[in-house]
Amino acid sequence: MGFFFEVLIGGLLSGVLYALVALGFVLIYKASGVFNFAQGAMVFFAALTFVGFQEVLPGWTGLDADSNVVFWLAFVLALAAMIVLGILTEKVVLRPLVNQPHITLFMATIGLTFLIEGIAQALWGANVRGLSLGIADEPVEWIMESADILVSKFDLFAATLAGALVASLALFFQYTKVGRALRAVADDHQAALSIGIPLQHIWAIVWAVAGFVALVAGLIWGARSGVQFALTFTALKALPVLILGGFTSVPGAIVGGLIIGASEKLAEVYIGPFVGGGIEGWFPYVLALGFLLIRPEGLFGERHIDRV
Amino acid sequence: MLYREAGQFKVSYQEDQQIFPIRQDRVGFIAILGFFFLVLPFLASEYWLQAILIPVLIFSLAAIGLNILTGYAGQLSLGSAAFMAVGAFGAYNFMLRVDGMPFLVALAIGGLCAALVGVAFGLPSLRIKGFYLAVATLAAQFFIVWALVKFPWFSNNSSSGVISAQQIEILGFAFDTPVSKYLLTLGIVAVLALAAKNLVRSTTGRSWMAVRDMDVAAEVIGIRPMFAKLSAFAVSSFYCGVAGALYAYAYLGTVEPEGFNLDLSFKILFMIIIGGVGSIMGSFLGAAFIVLLPIFLNVAMHSLFAGSMPAGLGSNLELIIFGGLIIFFLIVEPHGLARLWQIGKEKLRLWPFPH
Amino acid sequence: MMMNDLIQVAPVAQPPVAERRIGDVILDLQGISLSFGGVKALTNISFDVREHEIRSIIGPNGAGKSSMLNVINGVYHPQEGRIMFRGELRQKMEPHVAAAQGIARTFQNIALFKGMSVLDNIMTGRNLKMKCNLFQHALYWGRARQEEIEHRLKVEEVIDFLEIQGIRKTPVGRLPYGLQKRVELGRALAAEPSLLLLDEPMAGMNVEEKQDMCRFILDVNDQFGTTIVLIEHDMGVVMDISDRVVVLDYGKKIGDGAPDEVKNNPEVIAAYLGTSH
Repeated sequence: MGFFFEVLIGGLLSGVLYALVALGFVLIYKASGVFNFAQGAMVFFAALTFVGFQEVLPGWTGLDADSNVVFWLAFVLALAAMIVLGILTEKVVLRPLVNQPHITLFMATIGLTFLIEGIAQALWGANVRGLSLGIADEPVEWIMESADILVSKFDLFAATLAGALVASLALFFQYTKVGRALRAVADDHQAALSIGIPLQHIWAIVWAVAGFVALVAGLIWGARSGVQFALTFTALKALPVLILGGFTSVPGAIVGGLIIGASEKLAEVYIGPFVGGGIEGWFPYVLALGFLLIRPEGLFGERHIDRV
Repeated sequence: MLYREAGQFKVSYQEDQQIFPIRQDRVGFIAILGFFFLVLPFLASEYWLQAILIPVLIFSLAAIGLNILTGYAGQLSLGSAAFMAVGAFGAYNFMLRVDGMPFLVALAIGGLCAALVGVAFGLPSLRIKGFYLAVATLAAQFFIVWALVKFPWFSNNSSSGVISAQQIEILGFAFDTPVSKYLLTLGIVAVLALAAKNLVRSTTGRSWMAVRDMDVAAEVIGIRPMFAKLSAFAVSSFYCGVAGALYAYAYLGTVEPEGFNLDLSFKILFMIIIGGVGSIMGSFLGAAFIVLLPIFLNVAMHSLFAGSMPAGLGSNLELIIFGGLIIFFLIVEPHGLARLWQIGKEKLRLWPFPH
Repeated sequence: MMMNDLIQVAPVAQPPVAERRIGDVILDLQGISLSFGGVKALTNISFDVREHEIRSIIGPNGAGKSSMLNVINGVYHPQEGRIMFRGELRQKMEPHVAAAQGIARTFQNIALFKGMSVLDNIMTGRNLKMKCNLFQHALYWGRARQEEIEHRLKVEEVIDFLEIQGIRKTPVGRLPYGLQKRVELGRALAAEPSLLLLDEPMAGMNVEEKQDMCRFILDVNDQFGTTIVLIEHDMGVVMDISDRVVVLDYGKKIGDGAPDEVKNNPEVIAAYLGTSH
């Protein structure tokens, strides 16, 4: 039973990371109806930029590479880069495509994925790099002693960070002026425009926030598995999460992430051996698909009635 | 001046419903076909045949397949490469396990296997739309490649699923030279492209497009969306499957499931975006463009840096240019090269007296 | 001028003609109730449609008129009630069954296939009558080509009838609104329906376009004997061309009868003009 819980908790914690990437999708989808396939590439870009700055900053400033100043400076610079990327994306890619079919926008973000991946690697090189957040990946002692379950400190830290991020985003959208405008835009573009909400301004903000979320996700994923091209595949992990949780729901992204994370790990351990293993790659999709057939709008999505 | 339809009167609906109603187009098309069949085999080097012309033709076929599904029936798929894999492994297994299996039959069966699998993964399209469906096709992509690697039966117990295609032989004639493989591929692609064109200009194609444009209205005039969508999945996967089999037999010779990965699916998607969504000819233009661009880039980079090219720059540049082009085309010319071609023709009709 | 001619043949003014023309009940809706989630769109609505008549449904915006049409041809499935069409009683219609049995319609917001030409749009209306299969289509030879040409002839008749010869190869997305409405009517007519549902065919049209559309509707009714259920806001048109009128308000039926009866029904007047309580 201890083993079961270990797998479950491990799955839930990786689910938090999926949720983090899915959150970036939801933000953009809610605000602009764009299904941003490039979210994974943004995670990669963010992490690579952060590590890249960490490497070059000591040379530029003469600071010690391990100092906190370099860490935070790199963080701020990477954040600035993400904001610039977000705003540019909005201006160059999405604005000309306003009112195009959703599928067109989706395909454009696939193009964007390639573009961002290419730019990131052209700027910083394609080597795999380590990234340290200063939290060791070792079991938490008191949980081990009291319940005999291995829970990584790092995972716990990541989950807490993700939780805090989600909570602060929720507060931001609920209580600030920008948040209210964003919800209005999400509800109805035309109506929001007509009462004087600067639509494109809001979109730029959302893309910047999504960039920020991508940075956080990139740092955690990067610290976990190294900063490498494979980070872009986090997007592929996030898709079933979205289907499960619904494209428009922040809590949906979280719950969906947890379910996908836990179930794929459990499936790998308990079903995998019977079919040759390696089912993590597609199991979430099949789960999500099965779910779609029962409830096409997702757990928390809004039901859509076609008016004719 | 030469490109004018003046004086050509259509006196029957049959004449009006031809693929090329304008005489110059017909003549031009036959000339191009003749050039590819009769002249190119003598002109082109082995490298051109094997490394450029054959893959362009095969990818054109796959792009036609995706175009039928995405361009005509409006169902976005990110799993074309997986359906190619099914075709390749299907044909391989029938060649392997059935004595005296004729190649063309195995090819068709490979395509049918892909069609069956395509219908199975198309079933969710009856309930879901848009990118939800795109995600469903991603499931096909991952699941099929996984299954082909994990179950050694598919690859006759070879390690990591690698298969070596058998020699192509039709009626005792061995297709073992680049020229013969090229001609075979060209023949198959030409026939299937014609069939695709026929499909899209008939009731089948109209019901696909109707479902794409407005599914409720389509249903109301008696088109069954289920049949339209599933038939689009079947035909599209059949084309991808045949393309996959040719990919293994006429192009690479040795393939593994991992070769049919998501990147390949994206490549085919890019072909139809750049070539022209909802255009058979666009599929050819897009395939040629996507196959030729990296080769062109490579040559350009080499002459630019003269051997001292920074490592990885080429592939990164390729990513950037591909990504940039996709965005560019979607914004500036969503109907791709095919539309540009059409605009060119309309200009030509008026030239040199544009008023 | 054209209008005046039409009004003279309008059956309301000449009961004997109407009696001769109008046949038995072909569509009978019994106790239809429809709701979305908690919102009631239609409440216990019953009415019938007789063969060859022009039956109008009127009512303020949001009264449930379009929902009513959607129930008739199976786009929406009512929670309660039954539909009898041509002697067959059902709980609900399915759109393609409705189409196969000869019900065609147009939509309030034009529902043409935007990526296709006028000709192809109207050709889709022939879909149910074309029998060749996918493999024959792929060959496009012999039977399939023959069939394509036969149906093209029918479609050209519709094109002539609606006077849209000049635009047959134009993509419908490029046409002005009024012409799009006409093409949509053409698509419905190509199916040679026995029952034609028209959802605000004249909305957003100028007087001249309205006159044309009126003429087409009356001609269809007159020449082909097509039964028509019409939703329209223009009361002048409705009262002129309808045989009988149903009035809906807030999803309930508040009036039913010949135009003159309906016009004088106090409830109907209240619904349209408001009433003092």
